[in-house]
Amino acid sequence: MTEKTKRNAVEAVLKTVDDPELPSVSVWDLGMVHKVDMIGEQVQVTMIPTFSGCPALQFIERDVQAAVEQLAWVERCDVAFSMDIPWTTDTITEEGKQQLKKHGISPPPEYYEPGEPWTVDCPYCGSGYTSMENVFGPTACRSILYCMSCRNPFEAMKPVVRTRKTLTQPF
Amino acid sequence: MTQPITSADQAQENVAYLRALKELLYQLADDDFIIAFRGSEWLGLAPHIEADVAFSSITQNTMGHAVMFYELLEALGEGKADKIAHERLPHERRNAVYFERQNGDGQYWEEPYYDWALAVVRQLLYDTFKKVKLEAITNSSYKPLAAAAEKVLLEQSYHLAYWRMWLEQLQNANADARSRIQQRIEEAWSCIGDVPVLGEEKDAMEHYALVSSESDLKAAWLRAVTAIIDTPPNRPFGQELGNGRIGEHTADLHQAIDTFAEVYNSDRKAVW
Repeated sequence: MTEKTKRNAVEAVLKTVDDPELPSVSVWDLGMVHKVDMIGEQVQVTMIPTFSGCPALQFIERDVQAAVEQLAWVERCDVAFSMDIPWTTDTITEEGKQQLKKHGISPPPEYYEPGEPWTVDCPYCGSGYTSMENVFGPTACRSILYCMSCRNPFEAMKPVVRTRKTLTQPF
Repeated sequence: MTQPITSADQAQENVAYLRALKELLYQLADDDFIIAFRGSEWLGLAPHIEADVAFSSITQNTMGHAVMFYELLEALGEGKADKIAHERLPHERRNAVYFERQNGDGQYWEEPYYDWALAVVRQLLYDTFKKVKLEAITNSSYKPLAAAAEKVLLEQSYHLAYWRMWLEQLQNANADARSRIQQRIEEAWSCIGDVPVLGEEKDAMEHYALVSSESDLKAAWLRAVTAIIDTPPNRPFGQELGNGRIGEHTADLHQAIDTFAEVYNSDRKAVW
């Protein structure tokens, strides 16, 4: 088995490991996989945690390890979280955005400036006639909104991006 | 000028550097930890359900930040994060004194007559300071800390925006709201003098470029706070309750430790 085949196999598996709090959205599509290293039959998956207060990290670690170790040729899989680069919502894949919508969660808005108000379209009817009910939702990464067009409550991923303002002028 | 230090092993090679770094990390971790603990005591008591959801979410995230800083200490050989968070005695703790104050009169389980004006003022003061201090750390010579600071800042902007909204709305509400907020600001002003203080390792922290200077921190914080508060007191910050950065604390911290370490102390060897 070539290096490339093995890597593809690991990546395919990672696309099947769902975030415990977002069923049907994989950790791969959420942009949480930083890199995959392989030495022989050993696999090392380095991941980026989403929100630092996220209580699901240990479950994710366990799920990823178990899934990769299902591959016949893998003897052992280690999972580590890296803080070297911060996770941002820009890393969510197109597939991830589609899956989030199916789950009633709008993907984060594009071109967002941290600290500014923001809005997103309804994941059910696509209307932009929505209102922010609470920036803070059931998990650290989600907010609660309401669609005044189809009259459904829905959620959205909070945008997490680097500021475009200079850091020395915080206010 | 210090060369970038990229790992815990490398930091441990220089005793003076290590001592200053640990002191800074304890300030960051202990501030987040005690603020998150006081925040957790508001669970179910906020003025309305959306505020309760928001405050709980902010508190959980803030506790996550404390864990990140305690884990950086763990990597430097200080022992397990759980142990450092729960077992240290009050005089070993480095949080600023104002952040340990109880939420108002009464206890969580009996007649918690907590004060929302205190919560709003304290959280606003804390989150403006946290932003200023973490920004002063994004260029830190200790790269694992600089990376953590950058991550926390991405999330923390939501916390600050939330408390800023509350403070501005109450400042623009009726006379009762304005006077309650102002009273809590005056009271805070007398005891937040230790917040921007870097403590006994100040010179080493500045020398090794772990953080910007204490005077810059203080000036940036004051600028941030006075831009939000309508009528900031026209006097210097006081230290009426002591200086938490050198381990001076009040009975309120003892009460906090007794409460948050109760389960931990019931069986220190338990595996969670």
